[in-house]
Amino acid sequence: MAKILVVAEQYMGQLRPATLSAVSAAREAASKNGGDFAILVLGANVGAVADQLTGYGAAKVIVADAPVLERYLSESYTKVVTDVAKAEGAELVLASATTTGKDLLPRVAAALGAGMASDITSIEGPNKFNRPMFAGNVIATVEVTTPIIVATVRGTAFSAAEATGGASEKTTANVDVDAGSLRTSFVKFDETKSERPGLTEARVVVSGGRGTKGDFEPINALADTLGAAVGASRAAVDSGWVPNDMQVGQTGKIVAPELYFAVGISGAIQHWAGMKDSKVIVAINKDGEAPIFAGADYGLIGDLFKAVPELIDELKKAGVGA
Amino acid sequence: MKILVTAKRLMDPETKVKLKKDNSGVDTEGAKFVVNPFDENAIEEALRLKEKHSGEVVVVSIGKPEVVEQIRTGLAMGGDRGIHVNTDADVDSDVAARILVKVIEQEQPDVVIMGKQAVDDDSGQVGQLLAQYLGWGQACFASEVSIDGNKATVTREVDGGLETLEVQLPGIITADLRLNEPRYASLPGIMKAKKKEVKELTPDALGVDTAAKVKVLSVSTPPARSAGKKVESVQELVQLLKTEAKVL
Repeated sequence: MAKILVVAEQYMGQLRPATLSAVSAAREAASKNGGDFAILVLGANVGAVADQLTGYGAAKVIVADAPVLERYLSESYTKVVTDVAKAEGAELVLASATTTGKDLLPRVAAALGAGMASDITSIEGPNKFNRPMFAGNVIATVEVTTPIIVATVRGTAFSAAEATGGASEKTTANVDVDAGSLRTSFVKFDETKSERPGLTEARVVVSGGRGTKGDFEPINALADTLGAAVGASRAAVDSGWVPNDMQVGQTGKIVAPELYFAVGISGAIQHWAGMKDSKVIVAINKDGEAPIFAGADYGLIGDLFKAVPELIDELKKAGVGA
Repeated sequence: MKILVTAKRLMDPETKVKLKKDNSGVDTEGAKFVVNPFDENAIEEALRLKEKHSGEVVVVSIGKPEVVEQIRTGLAMGGDRGIHVNTDADVDSDVAARILVKVIEQEQPDVVIMGKQAVDDDSGQVGQLLAQYLGWGQACFASEVSIDGNKATVTREVDGGLETLEVQLPGIITADLRLNEPRYASLPGIMKAKKKEVKELTPDALGVDTAAKVKVLSVSTPPARSAGKKVESVQELVQLLKTEAKVL
């Protein structure tokens, strides 16, 4: 019996790093409110991920390994998570607020009759959490009034858990999913191929906006010099210049790298919502009145098509990058 | 084909957010209200599906009598009729989903399309809750939808790429940003919308208990970032990033 259940996320046998933020939140909830936590891994051939997760101080790692779970589908995963949560008597079910976590956990909440807090940024008590609303312009303290609580965890608010050593007990979950009853089926996944680090995991992020006029070449070149991930404002996504999974903002990805470059981005509220917790923010924009300058640590007023190549040269002179 | 869409009323997201003096919530006094932008994407998609397959688009909103304005916006865009679930309760995601379950049981739509999240509370739960309560399939964060017979093929915006799912109908689809560009209501559309039927229901009549599972206890404003230095050159920038910020 574990009071807290963390739903791990893996893709093709690789642990999604965001899971470790949810593990951090579980550790914090366990130390503040008492109890211990278990980690549930779902998928097909996920033994290695389960083994990896035994080193994080969980009371146990529960493995749901079955061909029917090879591809994430909300219905099948909801059934297994719900069955395990009930068997464990879990009072708190957590997952990272990735697109999969956001897709899955509300269904789990409905199945458990639980209330759900989305995207929590801190744990204020056994049933109290802080979470952002209104594009992060408001922090709400919410109370979940149900005996079982479900929550997704904002990755930038909880650092990735470090391995503690030791070995959690591994148990096997009963997978009771009738494949024939599922009303959704997987067709295909078009993976965005990139040699660059993932947006939510990168130490440095370079984002481009409307000012690029659709030419992301300077953005990509600066990112490659810095070994950075590439992001974009909603305006750039709206214009069809880059795919939506590059969007940083309220309705896209939330990032908090050590260094964030906003290039040709005006700095709308909804963009700030996605990057304001970055440690250092640099803005490059030709409009000196752009709201991005109101919160950036360093601002350079200038044409990005001139400034960015110069910056790359200067970085190289300073021994940064290739 | 019958399509049910939602039109949540919320404060214009371009408005600067102010808190109530007692920090119990956001002060919406005098604010301009709009349809949740993601719900506009949902309505647009429903209208395009109707144009292709024919059928009916029903626009639903939950809340005080003023939410009828947002239903009328959906009707002015081209929706056929509206349903207003009249309540002054503090409706959380779960209450909204349980109300919609009852409306859907009455209406029996082939597909329900709604925004992936409302940009006021940013919870992003209702579509998924609804799918589970109804025992339906869901395709959230849709960027492309096509319907053929009793199934929908939906491309989803997920971490790391685009996923395509097939969903048996009836099913739930939630709209992401790139699904479409919502149309503006035309003047004749606005005139016609005034005459379209908006049925009023109540949670009581639907047999839904409006006790919220999640309550907002208080709100605060996160610390704002202050403006830093303006640099004159890329040389100065690199120097400061190295020696002052120490991030290079």
